[in-house]
Amino acid sequence: MLKNEDIVYEDYYIRSILDNTKTIAMIGLSSSWQRPSYFVAKYLLDRGYKVFPVNPREAGKTILNQKVYSSISEINESIDMIDIFRKSSDVDLIIDDVIKAKPSTIWLQIGVVNFNAAKLAKRNNINIVMNKCPKIEYGRLSGELSWAGINSGVFHNKRRIIRPIIN
Amino acid sequence: MSIPKNNYKFETRTIHAGSAPDPSTGARNTPIYQTTAYTFDSTDHAASLFNLQNFGFIYSRLGNPTVSVLEERMANLENGRAAVACSTGHAAQLLALHPLMEPGDKILASRNLYGGSITQFSHAFKKFGWGVDFVDATNIKNIKKVLNNSHKCIFIESLSNPNGVILDIEKIALIANNAKIPLIVDNTMASPYLVKPFEWGADIITHSLTKFVGGHGNSMGGVVIESGKFDWFQSDKYPSMTKPTESYHGLVFAETFGDFGYSMKIRADSLRDLGSTLSPTNAFYFINGLETLHLRMERHCKNALKVAKFLEAHKKVSWVSYAGLTKNKYYNLAKKYMPKGVGPVFTFGLKDGNEAGKKIISKVKLFSHVANVGDTRSLILHPASTTHNQLSNEQKISAGAGPEVIRLSIGIEHHDDLIQDLRNALTHI
Repeated sequence: MLKNEDIVYEDYYIRSILDNTKTIAMIGLSSSWQRPSYFVAKYLLDRGYKVFPVNPREAGKTILNQKVYSSISEINESIDMIDIFRKSSDVDLIIDDVIKAKPSTIWLQIGVVNFNAAKLAKRNNINIVMNKCPKIEYGRLSGELSWAGINSGVFHNKRRIIRPIIN
Repeated sequence: MSIPKNNYKFETRTIHAGSAPDPSTGARNTPIYQTTAYTFDSTDHAASLFNLQNFGFIYSRLGNPTVSVLEERMANLENGRAAVACSTGHAAQLLALHPLMEPGDKILASRNLYGGSITQFSHAFKKFGWGVDFVDATNIKNIKKVLNNSHKCIFIESLSNPNGVILDIEKIALIANNAKIPLIVDNTMASPYLVKPFEWGADIITHSLTKFVGGHGNSMGGVVIESGKFDWFQSDKYPSMTKPTESYHGLVFAETFGDFGYSMKIRADSLRDLGSTLSPTNAFYFINGLETLHLRMERHCKNALKVAKFLEAHKKVSWVSYAGLTKNKYYNLAKKYMPKGVGPVFTFGLKDGNEAGKKIISKVKLFSHVANVGDTRSLILHPASTTHNQLSNEQKISAGAGPEVIRLSIGIEHHDDLIQDLRNALTHI
């Protein structure tokens, strides 16, 4: 049985996903600013990504000035990444809709692992990332995470360009 | 989240971990960012930093670009998740305990600690309502006997100051683990070059950076490092980690920041409010010091073993407490936990006792009589009248700092000169 800590991705794989993504649908984004999902959305918006909140309970309202959708199928624009903030077992309930939206990447947050989803993603030629957070990975690879004394495991002998904050 | 793999060897990481060419100037060495504050791009940016939603610098009490290089390097060298640096080793102990302890809680600590730590735990912390039980942790049964629900952590030194007691870290970690409380290891005397406490199951590491990390006796500093593996939610013992934090509008640190939640809590709450910040200039000295840690420790250990062997064979010396000597009772534990050496700090006693001890301190010409360890220079001290002076006679003896004890910290000079200096001084006794 594969354990969560056995799921590792090469830095170049994560980096290429973050570099080639422009739009992100976030399933399970909370409207409460203390929630981790809100932190992630705020950070990704500040880094220039377009975020589509998906949360049936908040449908029609806005979160961080972005229109909230009740389901992924309602979004008419092209979605590069679908970021999922749901329990691992709940991923099974939404995975068909997620695959139908034809994203380049399906990303499951920290603590979210679903091997069935991973299998389906691969079969449909979609990148899969599990048990990770795009905010932490972006911060880790850009050097920002290191500002908080966190071990990034990244070594540089060249200058890094950090993407500017967009407001 | 798991800790990223360290693909490079320790010696490479002492030089490269955490640092990179400066993004704006390309400066290759880490600059000293001698600044108190950082500009905000907008009010929204400022608010997102204060709310901890964005990574970035606000005010140097909470974080500084020079200090953060040191923090990441220390976290990396200990194979930990994250680190928070601070003004001294004593500050590191206060910060490490602050998120764990509530009034009425207790620390279960090894009695073989640096005298200053024993005093800090027994007197200063008492005023916060924090209690402490000291045990002889060389026999782990003593820990099991005393441990109860009021204890929020176990605190030990990987290599004790001054008498080089080595504890069975792996077994003590298991006891802490079963009790669902973190094991905190002060790894100052060994440095991450000699021992890696996280590999034996420790959850939190503290250091006085003032010693081997700096290595040159020029700066004071401390650090707290977390393994990222402790599960805060497995019990209701740590409300500061698992319940909403009022001063951050109800943020739950262990949830929002996951496996670096403890470090974020220390930085955003404890360091912010207790104020024991490390200066960027001192951080610069520590970053420089770390780059030669492996070379210095190798030489420190090699010299110390030679000096210890000389003293052991000397007719005026009654005993030498150094785990690198085959007769020492910690020799086997040393082989397990620190196969590369047991550091350069050890104690010895003279047959003629207390007065002879004082005399040798006055007669040495190369060893310096100072209250520090881990310097490039060799140091000599009478702990009973200095570092362990505040303790009772009974405490002094149990901490290995009785009246006849002399402490040495062997430097990286040539060992022949050090031995000659001690040989000469011994002729006066």
